[in-house]
Amino acid sequence: MSITEILFWLLSALSLISAILVISSRHPVYSVLWLIVTFFTISGHYILLNAQFLAVVNVIVYAGAIMVLFLFVIMLMNLNKDTEPQKSRWLKMAGAVAGGSLLLIMVAALRTTEKQMTEMGSGDIGLIENLGKVLFTDYVVPFEIASILFLSAMIGAVVIGKRDDYASAVPKEEIEEMKANREAMGIPGA
Amino acid sequence: MQLTNRKKELDRKPMNFWERLYLPAILKGMAITFSHIFKKNPTINYPEEKRPFSAVFRGVQILNRDEEGRERCTACGLCAVACPAEAITMEAAERQSGEEHLYREEKYAAKYEINMLRCIFCGLCEEACPKDAIYLTQTFAKANYARKGFIYDKDDLLIPNPVTDPEGYNKAKGKIGKEIK
Amino acid sequence: MVLLQIDWFIFFEKLILIGAIITLAMVVAMYSTYAERKIAAVLQDRTGPNRAGPFGILQPMADGLKLFMKEEIIPTFSSKSLFIMGPMLAMITALLTSAVIPWGTAIDVAGRIVPLQVADVNIGILYVFGVISVGVYGIMIGGWASNNKFSLIAAIRGASQMISYELAMGLSLIAVLMISGSLQMSVIVDQQVQHGWNIVYQPLGFLIFFICALAECNRTPFDLPEAENELNFGYHQEYSSMKLGFYLFAEYINMFMSGVVMATLFFGGYDIPFVDEAALGNAWWVGLLSFSVLMVKSILFVFIFMWIRWTIPRFRYDQLMNLGWKKLLPLALANMIITAVVVLLLNK
Repeated sequence: MSITEILFWLLSALSLISAILVISSRHPVYSVLWLIVTFFTISGHYILLNAQFLAVVNVIVYAGAIMVLFLFVIMLMNLNKDTEPQKSRWLKMAGAVAGGSLLLIMVAALRTTEKQMTEMGSGDIGLIENLGKVLFTDYVVPFEIASILFLSAMIGAVVIGKRDDYASAVPKEEIEEMKANREAMGIPGA
Repeated sequence: MQLTNRKKELDRKPMNFWERLYLPAILKGMAITFSHIFKKNPTINYPEEKRPFSAVFRGVQILNRDEEGRERCTACGLCAVACPAEAITMEAAERQSGEEHLYREEKYAAKYEINMLRCIFCGLCEEACPKDAIYLTQTFAKANYARKGFIYDKDDLLIPNPVTDPEGYNKAKGKIGKEIK
Repeated sequence: MVLLQIDWFIFFEKLILIGAIITLAMVVAMYSTYAERKIAAVLQDRTGPNRAGPFGILQPMADGLKLFMKEEIIPTFSSKSLFIMGPMLAMITALLTSAVIPWGTAIDVAGRIVPLQVADVNIGILYVFGVISVGVYGIMIGGWASNNKFSLIAAIRGASQMISYELAMGLSLIAVLMISGSLQMSVIVDQQVQHGWNIVYQPLGFLIFFICALAECNRTPFDLPEAENELNFGYHQEYSSMKLGFYLFAEYINMFMSGVVMATLFFGGYDIPFVDEAALGNAWWVGLLSFSVLMVKSILFVFIFMWIRWTIPRFRYDQLMNLGWKKLLPLALANMIITAVVVLLLNK
């Protein structure tokens, strides 16, 4: 057994365990933390596949940014065991069926990919130069479309966030009065 | 009416580009703090160095003795009357025969207490004393854990005997009677 | 043994290097605490610590000893494992950055060329960036596990501040990458050794990077997670003993590491100005010399960080967000585009 193989098994076990802990943890904060661990193990797999760029981008984007936002929301909502709503039995059964069928599809899809499996440590598509070239030549259209999608999502979020709550909460006369006061005091930007 | 010439008109004009950039102002501030590196620092490292007292510094009182080592205080009570903080109490007693080497006059203070928590070190007791018996020295009252530790009695206040302990006497006396008169 | 085929020489070489770097970071962080107090004192016409040892140079040991002796308190309702994990994470992420920094020219040890760099990965800068982005968790987990509203607010402030400033930081870095054409730290330094320091080409990029580094290190004027007058003590309020020490230490290590990163990316790394290192060969003293040059550069940055701290007051939260999103981000974008155009025109 080579070092790479040992690392592979170790990482696989770790990622499976942490992934299971994500869904079995009672507390949502713990779930998010285990999800971060899962992302790290997946990054480890990327490194084993010689895709260092993907590995580090996975860490930066998922573990470093998206999960922070998740944690943010969960911490602010102060979810804990006591406030977790009891799910009905039907919901649980529906979840089991949905998850089971997803597993079935995954198994069916992966069964035929045997020959296309990447060899460990020898591929170089994940290196930044190759990846960049492929993204900006062969896949330039999907890449740009994806970026436009993100942009539109961002603008949407800004539009939702910018809805003028302040104006609706405070009577208009009061705002006018405040403005007049500030102007009278000579404060700029009133 | 203008009391000082340091009054500044508040400027409400909108800031220009360089002011809005803030960087020049920040650099200016940093130059000011940097210039302080070269300034002399006024710290006095207390236990090793001591700030010299002024010649008229008024510290803790002592009860003086004459050159034969006899207490000068006659418990006349003028210091207690003069004390604006009412920090001084005393009890008088009559000198018995055989005590002439202890007390200078026929009447002496059997008990003499100064409450250092009340004392304001104004020095009026020193001025009131007709017998040169009380002086303010160049030391200050020591810190203490309890209130009663701040009530100084005769043991705390009396100057060492010049006959038996001339060194201690001179040290406690300090500059009194030499430079200051 | 056939099971594990390891080049033991490399193994021990790296082990020694890692040990040395961690020790170095710790010592620098220790003396940063002393330097901070001393610099604050000097800038304010005071004396600063001068009791422990001559000029107070044993003060860090005294502080460390004090922290060790303090009672360790774990709040009753806090999540114990996470509470302990917080300072650990903060410390680890602070130290991780050092792995990809080229600390000096390669040295010749018994006929073998040993580079003074733990891992010369071809994504060096991105690795640094990844470590920085993960660095938020130490603060967030610690703040949340404290079960204290001030800690939580501080943690959330810290996290949002770090995410906001990471963007401008990344964009200012991209301009550097366009010039050097590689993400590898050693290549970036080599390129600066040959063609001059990046600060000459990227003054604006450096300014943006510097401001963002201040924000990432939670240093004044961006020390909102530790705003004493609003949040009592900040995210580490419930911590005591060496756990608190770890948080404070991690902050100083972060500061040192960001100084090193700035020196490496913009000030030629271990490049000795006006001297051609390549001509000097691989003798050990050349390595040591280049290493000391890097240290001088980064410690200068640490000094500037402290100098700023004792000069400028803290930002308000909305000012912080305005600066990050409305000023630095567009500026960094413009800088990136201009650099791209210039690089493209020059290459043609």
